[in-house]
Amino acid sequence: MSDLKTFRTETRDWLEENCPADMRDGEKSEAASCWGGRKWQFSTEGQRLWLERMGKKGWTVPTWPKEYGGGGLSKEQAVVLQQEMDAVGARKPHENFGITMLGPALLKFGSEEQKREHLTRVSRGEIRWCQGYSEPGAGSDLASLQTKAEDAGDHYIVNGQKIWTSYADQADWIFCLVRTDSEAPKHRGISFILFDMESEGVTTRPIKLISGSSPFCETFFDNVKVPKENLVHVENSGWDVAKYLLTHEREMIGSLFGGMTGGRSLGEIAASEIGIDDKGWVDDPLLRAKLVQAEIDSMAFSTLLQSVSDRASAGESLGAVSSVLKYYGTELNKRRHELLMEVGGSDELEMSERNQDGQRARNWLRTKGNSIEGGTSEVQLQIIAKHILQMPGA
Amino acid sequence: MPLVLNDDQQMLRDAASGYLAENASINSFRELRDSDNSDGFSHQLWQEMASMGWAGILVPEEFGGSGFGHVGAGLIAQEMGKHLTASPFMATAVLAATGLLDLGSQAQKEQHLTAIAAGKSLFALAIDEARKHAPEKTMLQAVRSGNGFQLTGRKSFVADGGVADHFIVAARTTGKPGDHDGITLFLVPADAENLTCEKTPMVDSRNVARLEFDGVLVTADAVLGEVDDGMSGLNAILDAGRACLAAEMSGSAEQAFAMTLSYINERKQFGVPVGSFQALQHRAAHLHTEIEMAKAVTLAALQALDAREESAWKTVAIAKAKVAQVAILAAQEGTQMHGGMGMTDAFDIGLYLKRVRVAAELFGDASFHGNRLAEQLGF
Repeated sequence: MSDLKTFRTETRDWLEENCPADMRDGEKSEAASCWGGRKWQFSTEGQRLWLERMGKKGWTVPTWPKEYGGGGLSKEQAVVLQQEMDAVGARKPHENFGITMLGPALLKFGSEEQKREHLTRVSRGEIRWCQGYSEPGAGSDLASLQTKAEDAGDHYIVNGQKIWTSYADQADWIFCLVRTDSEAPKHRGISFILFDMESEGVTTRPIKLISGSSPFCETFFDNVKVPKENLVHVENSGWDVAKYLLTHEREMIGSLFGGMTGGRSLGEIAASEIGIDDKGWVDDPLLRAKLVQAEIDSMAFSTLLQSVSDRASAGESLGAVSSVLKYYGTELNKRRHELLMEVGGSDELEMSERNQDGQRARNWLRTKGNSIEGGTSEVQLQIIAKHILQMPGA
Repeated sequence: MPLVLNDDQQMLRDAASGYLAENASINSFRELRDSDNSDGFSHQLWQEMASMGWAGILVPEEFGGSGFGHVGAGLIAQEMGKHLTASPFMATAVLAATGLLDLGSQAQKEQHLTAIAAGKSLFALAIDEARKHAPEKTMLQAVRSGNGFQLTGRKSFVADGGVADHFIVAARTTGKPGDHDGITLFLVPADAENLTCEKTPMVDSRNVARLEFDGVLVTADAVLGEVDDGMSGLNAILDAGRACLAAEMSGSAEQAFAMTLSYINERKQFGVPVGSFQALQHRAAHLHTEIEMAKAVTLAALQALDAREESAWKTVAIAKAKVAQVAILAAQEGTQMHGGMGMTDAFDIGLYLKRVRVAAELFGDASFHGNRLAEQLGF
């Protein structure tokens, strides 16, 4: 315990000294995130310094082992670090799918060389990763993917197309599912490979979404050469890696949606935008009832998130619980944004300078993807029915 | 505090689960219901529970209790909810014990807590007067009379009212119905003169009563806590009961769901188990998700009470609201998924449907608690 106290004091002092002033506004929005990588343009010198300093400590990935660029912290120490960062309002120094998705998969399945090379570069924010999973013909039925990697001696030749590749146009490397055996049953002929997006034959094309922005791309591979040392785990066993990674992705997506919008409850936003009656209640009883229900469900969901995390810390094996979190968290988030639109009324349907070019509407539109990306709600329900409830034929 | 059970708590839960499965299962509840025992529970069983320390689960050792706290009480309630065990546990071991511990004078504690822990005294809390829970609307009048008070008015939905030897009664000493201040709590013996108790048959076959106070005289030392300032103490008693009910309902939801799952996995139509149809699988998976939340908020509420957190009322309100909704959903879905069998008395799912409806209503339903939360959040 006293060790943890010492760690807290040292951490506080270090943050006080090293966290640049403009990185202390507690801003958590995606627009303020630093994604790093070769193409990254730092918004300020503070953002650059913050990534560099935290990367050097390994605190961009606090619980990863030190030999792979991590901080080597215990779970308890990582909690303390987060608390102390919150206390000074420190921004997250670095966002990267290499941290949330590839990292856990490489730690479990990667070779020693792969871990040393790729994890270290992720920890310093040098390489920004993207995920090559979905294809035009392989969405919910991901395992039917057709992008092919042919054996050409010491390398593979990759041909095919991916879709919904988040930020593929800005990413440096891709972790990618490819078919290496087209004769085998669909789950058994898939391999998990890594390659540089600057390789010859890779092209990307952003997809314009209903929100007007383009976070996703179509990605094309035309005879891309990938060295065999970039195969993760065993050839044709990529589905094991893919499933493991998806579990992390789902947990991450689910845990993003705890409640509060910018620190305020839906009800508070409604009270200030619509007004209250002489009882102090939002002046629209049917809407108020829906807001109350959404708050109850949000608080209950936050408690479930905490419970899952505490049970994991206590060593309980949680299996498909990530599907529970992904399903409910995303459906809840969609419901909250529908309500925000209802609260906002016509003012938030406008797309002008008055409301940051329709920011609330854009956020609302974006949430429609929450229950699709990383496996649809229906796929999550099927996983729960099969793996947790063990229902017949699920 | 992490939302997990410690070793002692896990042992208590396992012990409760084993004991209730053997001695107080749903079949025992059916036997009680169909017998001429109008008390609605087995006195012998309650004595055994008392000897295991359950009656004194919240009572400190100095008064003969086991001092396990609200998490311990909740674990027992949860197991009782699974087995639909009828017992005076909530009214006596949780509500009365909390009231006496928080508000009782030394003399009141010595007299009553020891008797409660020993299983020798049964209590009931008399709050509601109208069909919806609203403690601040208390009308029952307590007028000063000589050295004491005279109580006149009615109470309804008094859980375990028909068997209690003492009541904790909320009465209005000043102000008007709706005022937060002016409520006083009294300890009234069930055999007091001018007090009539009518056992009311309930849809869940549990023991509930209506009380009529027709000028019941009590002495000044019958006051529990402070005169005119009973509301905050009452809220603490109610919150202990609400968390306990949430625990019970979360157990009922879990068990109703487990029964339903095994039914639809066995029941064949069109040559296959009906549980193999996606239309049922997705509803079952959704219900599982809701039940996971119900369990989490229940434990959070019980822990908040044990830690005496200032915001405990809020955690309890979320639990009571959310778990009530989840338990009702579990019972409704269970009834539907049992098909025609769910409509028969021979199947247990209907017993859950009925009990959960009553437990959801007691001490405020989801709308009541949702409204309190919203008011506190400023909307």
